[in-house]
Amino acid sequence: MTETNQSGPPDEGDGAQAPDPAAIAGRERLSEQVVRTGMFGIQGTPDTSGYGGLKVRKPPPLSSPRPYGSYFDEIADTLAGSLERSGANFGDAIERVVADRDELTFHVRRSSLVQVARQLRDDPALAFEICTGVSGVHYPLDEGRELHAVYHFLSITHNRRLRLEVSAPDADPHIPSLVDVYPADDWHERETWDFFGIIFDGHPALTRIEMPDDWKGHPQRKDYPLGGIPVEYRGATIPPPDERRSYE
Amino acid sequence: MSTSADQADTAEGRVYNVAGEDWDEVVGAAAEEAERLGEERLVINMGPQHPSTHGVLRLVLTLDGETVSELRPIVGYLHTGIEKNLEYRTWTQGVTFVTRADYLMPIYNETAYCLGVERLLGIADRIPERANVIRVLMMELNRISSHLGGIGPLGLELGASTVFIYGMREREKVLDLFELITGLRMNHAFIRPGGVSQDLPSGAIEKLREFLGVMPGKLAELRSLFDAAPVFHARTKGVSYLDLAGCMAFGVTGPMLRSTGLPWDLRKSQPYCGYETYDFDVPTATSCDAYGRYIIRMDEINQSLRIIEQCVDRLSAKRPAHDPVMIEDAKIGWPARLALGPDGLGPAPDHIAHIMGQSMEALIHHFKLVTEGFRVPAGQVYAAIESPRGELGCHVVSEGGTRPFRVHLRDPSFNHLQALPAMAEGGLVADVIPAIASIDPVLGGVDR
Amino acid sequence: MGLEESLPSGILLSTVEKVAGYARKSSVWPATFGLACCAFELFSAGGPRHDLARFGMERASATPRQADLMIVAGRVSQKMAPVLRQIYDQMSEPKWVISMGVCASSGGMFNNYAIVQGVDHIVPVDIYLPGCPPRPEMLLDSILKLHDKIQNMKLGVNREKEITELEQARLRRLPLLASLRGTGTDQ
Repeated sequence: MTETNQSGPPDEGDGAQAPDPAAIAGRERLSEQVVRTGMFGIQGTPDTSGYGGLKVRKPPPLSSPRPYGSYFDEIADTLAGSLERSGANFGDAIERVVADRDELTFHVRRSSLVQVARQLRDDPALAFEICTGVSGVHYPLDEGRELHAVYHFLSITHNRRLRLEVSAPDADPHIPSLVDVYPADDWHERETWDFFGIIFDGHPALTRIEMPDDWKGHPQRKDYPLGGIPVEYRGATIPPPDERRSYE
Repeated sequence: MSTSADQADTAEGRVYNVAGEDWDEVVGAAAEEAERLGEERLVINMGPQHPSTHGVLRLVLTLDGETVSELRPIVGYLHTGIEKNLEYRTWTQGVTFVTRADYLMPIYNETAYCLGVERLLGIADRIPERANVIRVLMMELNRISSHLGGIGPLGLELGASTVFIYGMREREKVLDLFELITGLRMNHAFIRPGGVSQDLPSGAIEKLREFLGVMPGKLAELRSLFDAAPVFHARTKGVSYLDLAGCMAFGVTGPMLRSTGLPWDLRKSQPYCGYETYDFDVPTATSCDAYGRYIIRMDEINQSLRIIEQCVDRLSAKRPAHDPVMIEDAKIGWPARLALGPDGLGPAPDHIAHIMGQSMEALIHHFKLVTEGFRVPAGQVYAAIESPRGELGCHVVSEGGTRPFRVHLRDPSFNHLQALPAMAEGGLVADVIPAIASIDPVLGGVDR
Repeated sequence: MGLEESLPSGILLSTVEKVAGYARKSSVWPATFGLACCAFELFSAGGPRHDLARFGMERASATPRQADLMIVAGRVSQKMAPVLRQIYDQMSEPKWVISMGVCASSGGMFNNYAIVQGVDHIVPVDIYLPGCPPRPEMLLDSILKLHDKIQNMKLGVNREKEITELEQARLRRLPLLASLRGTGTDQ
C-alpha cells in the first residue's frame, strides 16, 4: 500500500512496551512552532486574564489513516492504479491524504499536478469532468510551503467531489498550469496570480484580472495590508479594520 | 503603450484620455490581420459603462463587418476586496460582506457561506427544522427575483421595454415579501451560521399565500410577451450556442448546462437544507441556445412557486411549543431576539431582562458572541449550492480562530463569462447582447 | 456659456433664472452609472411602482453626451475610477451628480484597498444619498432635493456672487475634530 503517513510512530525497537500515542503526539506538537500566545490576542495593554503564558502551537500536518470512508478509498485506489499504468507512483505524486468533514483532499506535489489532473479527467472510473476553480491560500507560517493553490473537482457521472492542494514556497512561487487539461481554470489562475503572486507555468496569458493592470503587489497575501483609511466622526477617528483593537 | 493618461487642456478645462494598457497592441494586431487577409478589421470597446452589459463588463470586440472575429471580456471593474475584508471580521459579521458579492442573489451567497461555516463547526445536522424550511423558502423567493432581474434586462436590451416593466413589477412583489420577513429589500444578512436571524413575522404566511395566488397569472402574462414572439425567436434561437462538451470544458453549471439537456441540479444530486424532501422538477432544454435558457428560467420560476407552496404549508402547520430558528447551542447561536418596540426594531425586552437580571451565563455568552464571536475548529470545507446562475461554492478555511482565515467564493458567473468568447465569436455583433443576457452574469459575483 | 450668462443682475436675470430652473429640473436625463447593488434599486425606481417618469426622468441616456445627471449607484473600485471621471468629463454643462448609497458617498462598509472611499475624491457631488442600498423612495427624495437645488440655481453674475459667498463660508468653517483646530482656517 503506497500511502504516505508522516505521523507514524517512530521505531522504538522490537518488543518492550508499545509507545504511548499520547506521548508521541505531545512530543510532535511541542516541536511545532508557536502561532499564538495568550488567550485573547491582546496586544499593547497588559493581559490580566491569567492566560498570558499560554502558547498555542501549530497542529502538525497529518495524513488521515485508511480507511478514509464513503467513496474516498475508491477514488484513492483508482487514482493509484491509474497513475501506475501511466508510469507514475501514487506515493511520489501525493504527499498527504486528508479525509475530514466528509471531504477528501489530496496534497499533490507540484511536479505531478498535471499528470494527476489528466488521470482525474480521463479515467472513466474517476471522471472528474468539471474543475470548478482554483483559489489560493497564503500560510505565512508554513515555512517552505507558504502559497497553496486549491483545486476543486466535480464528477457529474459519479456525483463526487474532490479537492487537490498544491503548495509552493514564497521564494519559488511556480505551479504548473492546468489550462491544457481543464480550460475552466484560465481565469481562476489569473485571479490567483493577481491576488497571491503564484506563477502558473504554461498559462497562455497570465495577467491581472481583478486589479488594475499596473497594480503593485498581491492584495490577498497576508503581508499585504487591508488598505483602509481612518474614519472620521464628530469628535473621534476610528482606525481601519485591520488596525483596530480586536478581541480574538 | 501608455500607463498614465494623456491630458489635453481644452476650453472646458483639462481632459484626460484614458486608454487601456494594451489597446494599441490590440488595434495594431487587428490592423496586421486585416492587411494579411485583405479585409477590414474594426476594434470596438463596449466599455464598462454600457446599458446592455449587465453591469460593469468591458468587451473589446474585433469586428469584420458585422461579424465578431475576436471577443475579449475584461472584468475587475467592481472588485471590492470582499474576501480579504472577511479575514478581519468575525464569522457572523462575515455574512454581511458575503451577501453583497452577487447582489441579485444575496440569500444564496449567505447560504453557501453559512453552510460552509456550519460544516466546519460540525453542526450541519443540528440546524433546527424550521430554520431549514425558512432557508429554502427564502432561497426560492430569491430564485424568482433573480430570474426576473435577468429576464427584465434581457427584454430591455432587445428593445422590449414592456418585458422590463412587467419583470420589475413582479420583482417588487418578491421584494415586498423580503422586506416583510427580513426587514430589507436586498442584502439581507438574514441567514446566519446556526440558523436564520429571526422567525417569520405575523402576517407573513397570509402574504405568502396571497403571493402564490397572484403570481402564476402574472407570470403567464409576462411569458405571453416573449414565448411565441417571432422577433424574440429570431434573436435568440441558435444564438450563443454552447454544447455539453463546451460546458464541461468551461466548468459551466446551472441553466446553461441544463440547456444542453443534462438535468444536473445540486438540489437533486447533492441536496442541502432538506431539499430532498420537496417535490419539484428540474426543467431542461436541448437547444443549447439563448432561447432554451430563457425557457428554462421561466420554468424554474414555476418550480420555485411549487417549492414555496410546500414551504408555506410546512411553516403554517401546527407547531410544537418550542420551535427555534437558531441553533440552541449557547456558544454558537446568535443570542438576541428582535422585537418591535415604540422606537423601532430592537433587542427584545425579555431577552435584556434575562441576560441582565436572571442568568450570568447568558450575559457572558451574549458578550463573548458579540465581541469575539465563536471559534471554528481548524480545517477547510467547500460548500456548493445550486444558485439561479449555477453552482455557487464557498471554500472556507479556518485556523481555529474567531475570524475566517480565508474565504473564497466560487461564483458561477466567473466561469460563464470565460465561456462568452466561445459562444459569441463568429456571430453577429447584435448576437453578443442576447449571449450575455442568456448567461445572466452579475458582475458583483464575478469581481467580488 | 449662453445668453443668460451675460445678463445684468436684476429682475430680468431672476425671471430667466426661474424659467431656466423650471425647464432644467423638469426634464433631467439621468446617465445611469449603475455599478452594483444600488443599480437594482435604481432600476426599481424607474419601474412602475416608484415611477421616475413622472419627473420626466424615464429617458435614461446611456450616452453621457446627452445626460444631465450622473447617479453613481454602487461601489467604485480603483479600476473603475478613471472610467467614472471620463464619463463625467464627457457630460456637458449643466451637470449634477448624486452619489447613491454609502459606497459611492464614502466607501461604505468596504474600507479597503479596492474601493475609492467616496466618489467625491473624483467628481464633485451635489447630493449624497446614504443607504445600503437606499430604497427607491429615498432615491426619489434625493432627486426632489436635487430638483430644488436646480430650480434655485443662480445664473451669470448672481452665480459668481453666490460662489464667492459659499467659498468664504467654507473657509471660515472649523474642522470637526478639536485636535485639528490649529489656526482654525487651514484645511
